[in-house]
Amino acid sequence: MAEVKNKNLWVFVETDEKGEAKSVGLELLTVGRGLADKQGGALVGIVIGSKVDAAVAAAAEYGADEVITVDAPAFAHYSTDAYAKALCTLVDKYGPTTILIGATNNGRDLGPRVSCRLQTGLTADCTALDVDEESGNMAWTRPAFGGNLMATILCPDHRPQMGTVRPGVFKKGERQVGRTCKVTAETVEIAPEEIRTELLEVINEVAGELVDLENAEIIVSGGRGVGGPEGFAPVRALAEALGATVGASRAAVDSGWISHAHQVGQTGKTVGPKLYIACGISGAIQHLAGMSSSKVIVAINKDPDAPIFNVADYGVVGDLHVVLPILTEKIKKAKGLA
Amino acid sequence: MKNILVCIKQVPDTTEIRIDPVKKTLIRDGVPSIVNPFDTYALELAARIKDKEPDTKITLICMGPPQAEAALKECLAVGGDKAYLVSGREFGGSDTLATSYILSCAVQKVRELEGDFDIIFCGKQAIDGDTAQVGPEMAEHLGLPQITYVVEATAEEDRLVVKKETDEGFEMVGVKYPCLITVTKPSFEPRFPTIKAKLAANRAKVNVLGAGDLDIDLSRAGLKGSPTKVKKTFTPEVKTTGVKIHEETDEASAEKLFAELSDNKII
Repeated sequence: MAEVKNKNLWVFVETDEKGEAKSVGLELLTVGRGLADKQGGALVGIVIGSKVDAAVAAAAEYGADEVITVDAPAFAHYSTDAYAKALCTLVDKYGPTTILIGATNNGRDLGPRVSCRLQTGLTADCTALDVDEESGNMAWTRPAFGGNLMATILCPDHRPQMGTVRPGVFKKGERQVGRTCKVTAETVEIAPEEIRTELLEVINEVAGELVDLENAEIIVSGGRGVGGPEGFAPVRALAEALGATVGASRAAVDSGWISHAHQVGQTGKTVGPKLYIACGISGAIQHLAGMSSSKVIVAINKDPDAPIFNVADYGVVGDLHVVLPILTEKIKKAKGLA
Repeated sequence: MKNILVCIKQVPDTTEIRIDPVKKTLIRDGVPSIVNPFDTYALELAARIKDKEPDTKITLICMGPPQAEAALKECLAVGGDKAYLVSGREFGGSDTLATSYILSCAVQKVRELEGDFDIIFCGKQAIDGDTAQVGPEMAEHLGLPQITYVVEATAEEDRLVVKKETDEGFEMVGVKYPCLITVTKPSFEPRFPTIKAKLAANRAKVNVLGAGDLDIDLSRAGLKGSPTKVKKTFTPEVKTTGVKIHEETDEASAEKLFAELSDNKII
């Protein structure tokens, strides 16, 4: 366990290939501001990468009191070994009380490696963060059992207390353009043999397969209730009529009816469109965690007791295979007349 | 030949879990226990290596109560050669750090019996906890390089080449043996057992490792060895302001939904 030297809250601001901050780090700085104030410490952005000036500037503009950087070519591409060493070195030196990490694929790779090395607790995929009034510990709230239950977790006797948060769970605040803060540059030496994995090839998704759920204004999603791969036809037809993106629940993805790129929920994408239409989705909280911040939620489900109705603004009890084609026709007609 | 260890967990089928609407508690009765789906993908990647190099040995390890033996037997029927169940009262209540510590102590023991492992495969995460932490934490305890979110693995002579999922797409990554790999959903389904293999697995012996069999510091196991504590659990809040549409026919419901959405300028 690392020695605590202050009450500071750290946000790991992950960078992309261009050295820019990924959105989730800025979301965490936004929510971290209030938490750092409650803990009585500073809000510190941690930026590891290569040529990361843009990410450092963004961290300052999203409210960091201080940014600590490790900026060297060895960190240009994410590797578990280099990033874990860098983050642990910084923790040993500065001793923060809390660390937030975005639950991207890399964040979920790095978090447990670091928490284990530091022999401390890590709470994964939190959907709510607070400071426990009695003890002053962070109160990490996350779904469990496929999202059927929420649990609030404390890490009372070990520091730093660590947690990961999915992208999109919290919203970015206003960017305070031109705001600057103290920047401390640290050096962490990495010998080539310390990085034990070798990146051989990067295969980015070809444009046609990219499903941009996170920026979609309208999403029409299908779940187990669509009944099979061909059951997605009415879902796609409605999406097309609305100019919407097609989403899916884990049940539909795990059944192989649609690709993982469409998945909304705890193990998929977190979304917040203006309109979310859930078709044949029962609404395990796991799915709800990924879409409940949508502005308007419409649910269509045969089961009147489906939990999706608990979050729906408009809940239709009925067969999606009957309801969707009628709704699609009416929308097409209305648009044709307009 | 490769010497492979696959870590599995027996989990409740979370898609079958429901909340008691009155008591607001988890209804676990009648919920079937299954092998964590991600672990079946991990085993499939190991089995595919064995398909190419038939003298490859696949050892299975599982931590859990005595009934988790059933999960190990299921895996013995689809490619596993040996099975170890890590079980003991002392291990109950462990969080991910304590669990990964216990498992890494068990791996040290199994290594003495089965030889050094070239590859340790784990599922990316278990569907009951969904943390994705035990794999990387085991790698740290054991001092091994890790690659997470893997969907394909090719065992070359002196290194493993994997395809892994990233937020942007995929990467091909190479790593020397020994290494720890966590596996996410690949593009293919895990194989089914043959009836013959199933019968043989039912008769096979599952070796049980208790606390007394391991070189372990029990102060790092169980509830007391767990830095994270559950303060409370609760069921999610219910929205009461929603409009419920349930007309006599689905056609009428569809018409009403369209009217509501267009009247309120939502579409």
